[in-house]
Amino acid sequence: MNWTFFHKLGSPKSFYDISGRWLPWIAVASFILLTVGTVWGLVFAPQDYQQGNSFRIIYIHVPAAFVAQSCYMMLAVAGIVTLVWRMKLADVALRCAAPIGAWMTFIALVTGAIWGKPTWGTYWVWDARLTSMLILLFLYFGIIALSQAISNRDTSAKATAVLAIVGLVNIPIIKYSVDWWNTLHQPATFKLTEKPAMPVEMWFPLLLMVLGFYALFTVSLLMRMRLEVLRREHKTRWVRDALEKVR
Amino acid sequence: MNSLPEFFAMDGHGVYVWSAYAITFAVLALNVVQPWLARQRLVSLHARRRRREEA
Repeated sequence: MNWTFFHKLGSPKSFYDISGRWLPWIAVASFILLTVGTVWGLVFAPQDYQQGNSFRIIYIHVPAAFVAQSCYMMLAVAGIVTLVWRMKLADVALRCAAPIGAWMTFIALVTGAIWGKPTWGTYWVWDARLTSMLILLFLYFGIIALSQAISNRDTSAKATAVLAIVGLVNIPIIKYSVDWWNTLHQPATFKLTEKPAMPVEMWFPLLLMVLGFYALFTVSLLMRMRLEVLRREHKTRWVRDALEKVR
Repeated sequence: MNSLPEFFAMDGHGVYVWSAYAITFAVLALNVVQPWLARQRLVSLHARRRRREEA
C-alpha cells in the first residue's frame, strides 16, 4: 500500500493546503443538508401516531448523539496515532475535536430532556442510557481540562491520548445500555442490518440531518485545526505567506 | 396543518419542539462562528506585528 498520502497529510503545510480546498464545499453541503432536513422534518414529515409532534425532536437529537459518539471514537483513534506514530497533527485533531464532541453531547442531552417531558412526563431519569451519555460529557470535560493543564506539549499530548483511549470503554456501554438494562429510552432507531421501522418520509429527513451534522462537525473541526496549525507554526515562512494572502 | 399559528403550536408540543431546535442551532452556529472569529483575530494580530516590524 502506498503511504505517501499519510505522510503528506501529516505535514502541517499540506494539511493546511488540502483542507483549505475542501472546506468551502463541505460547508455548502452541510448548510444544504441541514436546511432541507430541518424543513422536511418540521413541516412535511408525518406526525408520530403515539408521540404526536414532539417526535420531531428526533431530527436533531439522534444526529447529535451519533456525532457525539463518533467524535469520541475519533479521539481514541487520534490518541493511538499520537502514541504510536508521534504524529503531531493527530494531537491537534484530538484537542480540536474534544470541545465539538462536548457540545454535541450537550445537544443530545438537552434535546433528550426536552423530549422526555411530553413523552415520559419528566426531564431526567437516572437511567442507563442517560447516565452513560452524561459520563461521556464528563469524559470530554476531562480531556479538555487535561489538554490545557500541562504546559509541556509532548507530555500533554501523551496524557490526553491515554485518557481518550481509556474512556473508549464507555462507548459500547452507551450503545448496549438500552439492551442490558431496563430503561425508559427507546431502542435504536436505526440498525445497519435491518430496514428502518419508520416509513420513508419519516426516516429520509433523519438521514439528511445525520449527514448534515457530520458535515458540520467536519467544518468546525477543520476550522479549529487550521487555526491551531497556524498558531503552532507561526514562525515558519509558509504561515507568514498564508497570513499575507488573507489580507 | 391548516394555518401558521396551528403549525407553530404543534398540538401543544410547540414549546418543546421549538426550544429544542433553537438551542441546537444556537450551539451549531457557535461552533462555526467561534473559530472564524479566532481566525480573524489571528490575522489582524499578524498584520499588526508585521507593521511594527516594518516601522
